[in-house]
This record gives sequence, structure tokens and C-alpha cells, in this order.
Amino acid sequence: MLRYTLRRLLGAVPTLLLVIVLAFLLVHAAPGGPFDDQRVLPAEIEANIAAAYHLDEPLYQQFLRYLGGVVRGDFGPSYSYRDHTVSELIGRSFPVSLRLGVLAMLLASTIGILAGIVAALRQNSPLDKVVMGLAMTGISIPVFVIAPVLVLFFAVKLQWLPASWTGSQGSSRLLLPVVSLALPQIAYVARLTRASLIDVLSSDFIRTARAQGLGTAAIIRYHALKPAMLPVLSYMGPAVAAILTGSVVVEQIFGIPGVGQLFVRGSLNRDYTLVLGVVIFYASLIVALNLIVDLLYGAIDPRIRRR
Amino acid sequence: MKLTRLLLVIVVSLAAISLLVVFCGGPQQPSDGRSVLNRALSTEPESLDPQKGRSVQAADVLRDIGEGLVAYSASGELIAAAAASWDISTDGLLYTFHMRPEAHWSNGDPVTAQDFVFGMQRLVDPATAAFYAAELGNVVNATAIVAGDMPTTELGVEAVDDRTLLVSLLRPTPYLLSLLTHPSTFPVHRGSFEQHGDAFARAGNLLSNGAYVLVEWSPGSIIELDRNPHYWNNQNTSIHVVRHHVVTQEMAELNRYRAGELHTTSTVPPDNFAQIKAEYADQLHIAPTLGVYYYGFNLTRPPFKDNPVLRQALSMAIDREVLVEKITGRGEEAAYSWVPPGINNYEPPQLSYADLSQDERNALAQSLYKEAGYGEDKPLQFELRYNTSDTQRRIALAVQSMWREVLGAEAKLVNVEFQVLLDQMREREATEVFRSSWFGDYNDANTFLAIMQSDSAANMPAYANDNYDTLMASASEQLDLDRRRLYLEEAERDLLADHAVIPLYFYVSKHLVSPEVRGWEDNILNYHYSQYLSLDATE
Amino acid sequence: MSTFTKAVAHMRSSKTVMISGGTLLAIAIVALIGPWISPNDYMTTDFDRLFQSPTFSSMNLFGTDDLGRDLFVRTMLGVQVTLVVAVVASVVSLVIGVLYGATAGYIGGRVDTVMMRFVDTLYATPFIFFVILLLVVFEQNFLLIFVAIGAINWLDMARIVRGQTLSLREREFVDAARLIGVSTPRIILRHIAPNLIGVVIVYVTLTIPQAILIESFLSFLGLGIQEPQTSLGNLVSGGALQIEGASWMLLIPAALLAIILLSFNFLGDGMRDVFDARQSR
Repeated sequence: MLRYTLRRLLGAVPTLLLVIVLAFLLVHAAPGGPFDDQRVLPAEIEANIAAAYHLDEPLYQQFLRYLGGVVRGDFGPSYSYRDHTVSELIGRSFPVSLRLGVLAMLLASTIGILAGIVAALRQNSPLDKVVMGLAMTGISIPVFVIAPVLVLFFAVKLQWLPASWTGSQGSSRLLLPVVSLALPQIAYVARLTRASLIDVLSSDFIRTARAQGLGTAAIIRYHALKPAMLPVLSYMGPAVAAILTGSVVVEQIFGIPGVGQLFVRGSLNRDYTLVLGVVIFYASLIVALNLIVDLLYGAIDPRIRRR
Repeated sequence: MKLTRLLLVIVVSLAAISLLVVFCGGPQQPSDGRSVLNRALSTEPESLDPQKGRSVQAADVLRDIGEGLVAYSASGELIAAAAASWDISTDGLLYTFHMRPEAHWSNGDPVTAQDFVFGMQRLVDPATAAFYAAELGNVVNATAIVAGDMPTTELGVEAVDDRTLLVSLLRPTPYLLSLLTHPSTFPVHRGSFEQHGDAFARAGNLLSNGAYVLVEWSPGSIIELDRNPHYWNNQNTSIHVVRHHVVTQEMAELNRYRAGELHTTSTVPPDNFAQIKAEYADQLHIAPTLGVYYYGFNLTRPPFKDNPVLRQALSMAIDREVLVEKITGRGEEAAYSWVPPGINNYEPPQLSYADLSQDERNALAQSLYKEAGYGEDKPLQFELRYNTSDTQRRIALAVQSMWREVLGAEAKLVNVEFQVLLDQMREREATEVFRSSWFGDYNDANTFLAIMQSDSAANMPAYANDNYDTLMASASEQLDLDRRRLYLEEAERDLLADHAVIPLYFYVSKHLVSPEVRGWEDNILNYHYSQYLSLDATE
Repeated sequence: MSTFTKAVAHMRSSKTVMISGGTLLAIAIVALIGPWISPNDYMTTDFDRLFQSPTFSSMNLFGTDDLGRDLFVRTMLGVQVTLVVAVVASVVSLVIGVLYGATAGYIGGRVDTVMMRFVDTLYATPFIFFVILLLVVFEQNFLLIFVAIGAINWLDMARIVRGQTLSLREREFVDAARLIGVSTPRIILRHIAPNLIGVVIVYVTLTIPQAILIESFLSFLGLGIQEPQTSLGNLVSGGALQIEGASWMLLIPAALLAIILLSFNFLGDGMRDVFDARQSR
């Protein structure tokens, strides 16, 4: 297990390097520089700024300088937040995004798994159709529609909940963003749970268990649920990606100081270091999460651990 | 089974969270009776270092946490601030400022003339890499220092003693006082700078000589300020805590205002404006401001190069009244000049066709279009580039359809992201007609007219007219305001006759201001210092 | 292609497939014919008729938008564009995914390991960020949107196809082809790919909704299709600004978007059930 983990970690190094190169070339290929503005700067001021941020060096030299920094854990100064470093910005905003993401995942998986189990047990009944229909509606409405509608009703009309992150210091400010993020995921989790549970329930070993006189609840609890969770677990990787995407929208609408907002500001302002920092950070995160999912998979299903 | 237990844990924690959520609700109230003002910023400042800030929003916050030699009153009049008074030499080249003796930093130290010298030297120091380094261009030696050819100590700003500051100029600069209200010329506490280096402007380090001090900056969310007890005018300041909320989406901003989370907004969205106007008539503040929205021609390439007739045809075919009434619809004023009306010491000349009705303009535009060699059999085809935004999109579509209907000209719309558009305007390769705007830095026609000089970096259309440049140069040497004004107006007449740009409309400032807020006055600069505001909770 | 005919026969017996497929077909037909019948077109503005609610007069069945343009025709155009984007993007991901997955699975061994490691690498990149960067770097155009969306979706396809190919490779007819000296590319194209069709069709109907959602997300960020062209995502994100004043600008395109997404999802589910039933027998 340890060797496997180590090997995977080592394998991640070229992956990350490739990501850095790609992202570096892309941001530098984008037209416009980080300090362009309608108020075009006189040439000598532009030169002073370029020199201050080493933007006057050849590209390969900038890359090596950047890479050297990354290896030492220094992601450089931000260009669009001139008083802050990139590490500091990500360090401040990631906990916020994390809290949001984890809560959204929890909400989505709890409701999704429960809905999936209910639907699978009453397969093809009206209940199944209603539950799955509701879940599917969740996927079919984009986040950027759900979020403003929720705000309009719960914050503006009813005034039950804050309309934004800074509207309250309490946890109530989390509710609307988390729900907006989780809604589309509920459907995916429910569908996966339902499908794989139906699959498992029709397999031979469950039939044997049934023949031995075990009740439905016991069968689900002791035999069916674990194997049925495997596909759901492997969905967690894509779900994290989806929540990252969603959070770009949700953070903008609710004014949440998270990583998604940083990225949008960074890429719009050609803040090279900020964009690269976020990309590298998330790439490492996804690599780590995939590893964890694989390890969990192995823990639940020993057959996977063959490699 | 582990898995069911895990599931159980999830359900329980979820229930706990939702309980927590339910009981922690409600907008936050100040616990100790201190008044809190919640304002909105449409873009986050890039820096709160006075010399490194650049955006309008950075300046808005910096005016709360710092003070220049001069400032503006609530209604937008120049008033004495850190300097109690000043004298100007008869040739207009030497300004002597007398510092206010009771002015103090937030740590209790007196604000001295040396602090201002230090701040301004830092502004022109190439190592600072300040965006506004050219702000002091008319001050002796400033340009050479910015270029790195001279030490910063040579700057024509000196402290005779703690209380007396001299500013020496190369040429008379009637707008110098307005320049000195800009945060880039604010003082820097030398001791604090020497202790913290470039981190001196961080929350916790930054010393303020203004009404408020920076308490916390949480990027992407909020900038929180608290009262500066050592501020010289502290007894006339009312609000205790100021929170500048970063709200990039107009719709979200409106919703927050309606939910009672903001006292003032930075703008009002165009969508559904009629309803907002009806519902919040007493809270809506619309006022003219110093900004022009224009379409520029790329004058370096065909078909618009050396083709003023065609440019005039396109300019005339646009029904500006429809644009401002139906499309932007928030009180904007149709533009028939380059410099906005209401600017100090200036009466903008009008485009030649300003007095005609739109039908007459259309007829004339059609004949000019034919004169330029285009017609039904040979329609003009070109690209109109604008930056991605809902307002830009709507205006572009409306203008496109006017050109199509009046002239039969086909403009292809290309929307690109703002930074891309800036790049393309400067490269002058891809652009044909482009959307842009200009906002005045100070209340003087020079801030609009100077950018159209042939050597100006911000001259996006690449307008080059020797006569214009000569007139501008003559104006800058003029000490007499009336004669200076004649030169400037003559220059604008040239610019308008050449149809280098199509001014579409003049911007207005748009705010929703809660009835609780007192002391808010609309002004052309759209500056609203927090120190002039107060809250009346009885509303 | 008797497997395919049989599959079609099976699908016709599935109610889910028939209903969702029928709905999609109906929407597509109306979207094609509608603009042709309507007296209005998608780009003519009318500054005296901004924000008209749906009405039969002058046939603004879905009302008009913020520039007085007819929303019925624009919505139909949006449906067309959205369907084209989604289908083409899915075909892009299908072609890349099937060829890549089949090649990796068929050749196997070291090549397979390397190819799949590459897929893993791409999985690790925060793709949506790259798409945003791509669209910013190259001016957004129609083609690029297809490519961007296709580029996100082919990874899953490649993994699934590879899995299927690994088992197909061991079948007799492939062995036979190999024995009589058929070349590897030909085996992949002629013998492996056709037998993947069931899995692939099911999977494509499930990718299409994802492609539609990505397109609408890009529209929300202002990176979608250029005006005066439009897509459903574009109409929905524009309409979201008018929730209160001109709700029809949001509700109609949003409802259509939801119906299309639901139909594709149900179609995919239904087809999977059909294929599963066939396989388990």
C-alpha cells in the first residue's frame, strides 16, 4: 500500500510539470499584459513596471524563475493585488471554497444516496418516477439561474437569509450558496446509486441472502450498499471538478472570497502568477483526491488492490 | 458496518449544520451601538498603497484612509485639507503650501511637509513602479526621474520646514490643485515605511492621515475601516465603521441593497430600470459625471484612414437620442462633443450636425455615404469590436441596426474580452471600429483633450493633426484662463470636424442611497467621502 | 449491421426512449420550421417595441427582448445552435474518445499504459480553467466552442471504450481477422469500432446534456457565441438579468433548455436499459 502510494505520488510530478508548462504558455499567449488599461501608461512608466515584475526578461527565463519559486513553495507576487502574494491569496481563499465545496458535496451525496436507495427499492413505481424526475430537474437548470432565483425569493422577498457572504457573519450565509452548488450534483448521485443498487440487488449473492430469509433493510445495509457505492465513489472525482466550475459562478453571485473568484479576476486581468498559482494548486488537489479515492476504493473492494 | 456508520455521521452532521444555519441567521448588527456604513465597490482595488493604486475604486477607498494637501467637499468643491492654505506665484510656477498644524497620523505623529515630499518622491521613483508616476509631469524634473535619469531628491517638491512645502512647476498648471487631491500624491510616513518596506500599506501596518484607518482587507469580499481618533477633523466625522464590500455583479449588488445589506450602491443595473425608478424614486441618485462613451475609428488603415466623409456618415447615422432613451436609459446625455458639458472654465463646441433633426442627419449621412463610394451595390463592410458586457452588447446591436437601416452598411459584431480589446486597440491591426470610453482625472478640459495629441499613449484612434497639437501646446503655456480656454475649444473644434471618434453619450453616476444615509451630495466627480456621511437610524 | 437494427427494434419497444426521443424530434422540427414560418427574423431591432410580453399581434409569440427583437425566432435559433453545438461537440469527443480508447485497449501493454497515463494527466488538469484560458487567448468563435467542449468530454469516452475493447480483443472474430493478416488500424476501424456502437450511443446521449450545460456556462461568462447569433445558454443568461421585469425572457428559454436536457438524459437512461436487457440475455 505504501509503495503504491509513493509510486502514485512520484507519477504525479510529470503530470504537474506538464500542467505548469501548458498553463504558463497559455497565459502568456493571451493578448494584453497584466498592466494594460484604458489609461495607457507612458513608455518609461511601463518599462519601470515591467522591470519591477521581471516581465522584461525573455520568456524562458521568466519560466525558470517562476519554476524555481514554485519548487521553493513561492508562487510569486500577484499582479492584480499588488499588496499581496499569490500564496497568501490562495491561502486565504481556499478555506472558504473548501468549506463551501465540502458542504455541497455532503448535501449532494446524502440526499442523492437516500433518493437513489428509495428509487431503487421501488423501481418503476410512481415514487421512483417522482423522485428521479425531481432529481433530474436539478441537473437541467444552470447554476446561474438557480442562484439568483434563490436570492430573489429567500433574501429579497422573504428576507429570511442573507443575499451575500458579507450580509451576515453567521453560517446562514452558507445556505444559499451551498444549495445552489449541490442541486445539480444530487441528480447525478441519485442516478448512480439507483442504477448500481438495482444492479447489485439482482445479483446472485443477494438472491442467496434473500433465500436465507434476510429482510430488505438488512440486505441493503449488510450486503448491497457497499458494492453499490463503488460507482458513486468513483464519481466523486468528476463531482469535485463540477463543484469547482460551479463555484466560479456561485462565488461571483454571492460575493464569496473563494478561489473561483480569484481565478476569474486573475484571468481577466492577465495576472499571470495568480492564474498559474490557482491552476497548479487545483491540479495538485485533483491528483491528491484521485489518489485518495483510489485508496478508498481499494479499502472497500480488495480486488482492486492487485496492481 | 463502517459504511452505514459513515452515512449516519453524514446525516447527523448535516442536520447539525442546518440547525446551526437556522439559528445564526439575520443580517449582522453592530453590537456596541457604533454606526456602520456598508458601501459597495464595483471592482476590487489592486492596491491600498497610495502610490500603487490605480483604479477609481482604489482611489475611492484611499480617500477614506488618507488625505492630500487639498480635497473635495461633499458637493465637489476644492477645499483645504492637510494644507491649511497656499500661495501661488504670479507666473503660476511656484506653489507654497502651509501645512495644517493640527494634522496627525493615526499613531499620533504630526503630518509634516517632509511626509508629502517623501510620498511624492516615492511616486516618481522608478523602483516604486507607480501607475500614476506621470501625474506630476509638470513638476520640475519629474519626467527625468521617472525615466531613471535623475535621483528622486531632485524632484521640484521641497520642505522648507515642517510646515511649509514648495512645489515648482515647468509650466503653469491651472489644474495642479485637483491633481493634488489624487491619492498618488498622498503623504507617506517615513518611519513606518522604513520599518515595513513595501508592506507598509498592509492592514495593521498602514498609518493613516485621513478620517479612517484600514482594519482588514479580505480579498474578493470586503475592506473594513475604523475611525482614526487622531484625524484633525475627527469631531466632525460621524460614522464609526466603514465597510467597502466588493460586488462585481450589478444584479447581485441591487439584490443586496434591497435585502438591506448595503447603504449605498456603486451603480444601478440597466435591466428593469423603470421599476427601480418607480420603486426607489427617493433613493435613486443620477448625476452627470466626467466620462464619455465613444466609438473610435482605426485611422491607420482603410477604409477609415483619410476618409472623413465616410466617418461623418457613420457618425450621423446613429440616433443618439434613441440610444440614451431606450438602450442605456438611465439619464445619460447624448454626446455631440468630445468634452462633457459642465467642466470648469470650458464650453464644449458641438458637432456640425448637432442642430439637425435625425431625419435630416440620415438624409445627409446617406449622401455622404454615396460620396465616399458606397451604396446598395457596394455596401460598406467592417468590424465593430467591443468588450464583453451586457451594456456594450446592447449598444453595439442598436448601432449596428441603425447603420444597416440608414446606410445599408454591414457592421460585423466582434466581442472580445476587455484586455484583448485594449491590446488590439494599441496594436491597430485587427481593429476597424472599436468601443471605448474616457473618464476625466480632474475637472479640466485638458484631461480629455490631451489624450488626442498625436504623441499621447492613450490616443487609441491614432488621431494625428499638427494644428491640434500646436493648439494644445499653446494652451499649456497660457497662464490666462480665458485665452487658454480659447485654444482648447479651437482644438476640440478640429477634433470634431475630423470625425476621428464618434462620441455617443456622456456617462452619469448612478447610486441607490438608503434613506438612513445623510450628507450625500451628487457631484460631477462622483466622489463621496465617507467622512461627510452620517446615518440616521430613525428612518 | 444487424446488431444495430435489432437495437432499434428494442428501442421502439421502450416507452422512455420513445417519449424522450419524440420530444426532442418535435423540438428540433419546430426549431427548424418555426423561423421559416414566422414573419419576423432574429436580428431586426424595433426600438418602439422593447420588452413586449408574448402576444399574437405581429406574432411575437415569445415576446421581444431588450432590443425589440422577436424572441420566438431567436429562441428557435437558439435551440438550433445549442443542438448543433452539443451534437458536434459530442461527435468530436466520440471520434477522439473511440479511436483513442480503442487503440489503447487493442494494442495494450506498454502503449496502453502510456496512453492511459496521459488521460490521467488530463484528468488532473482543472479543465474548465483551461477552456476559459483558451477562449480568452483565441477570440471566441463557433468552432472553438465545439472543440473546447469536445476536448472536455472525450476523456470519459476513451476510458469506457478502452474497457470494452479489452474484452472485445479476446473474441474469436478479432483473432480470425488478425490471423488472415488484417492490419491493426483496419481491425480497430472495421472490427472493434462497430461493436462498440451500443455503449457509445448510450454514452453520447449522456454527454450531450453535459455539452449543453458547458456551453451555457461559457455563455454566462460572456465567452459563448457572438451576437446577433444566439444559443439557449445565451438567452437564459441574458434572461436571468430580467427575472423581475420581463420574466418571459428567462422562463421560456430556461424551460426549453430544461426539457431538452431532461429528454437527453431520459433517452440515455432508456437506451442503456435497452442495451443492458439485451446483453443480460
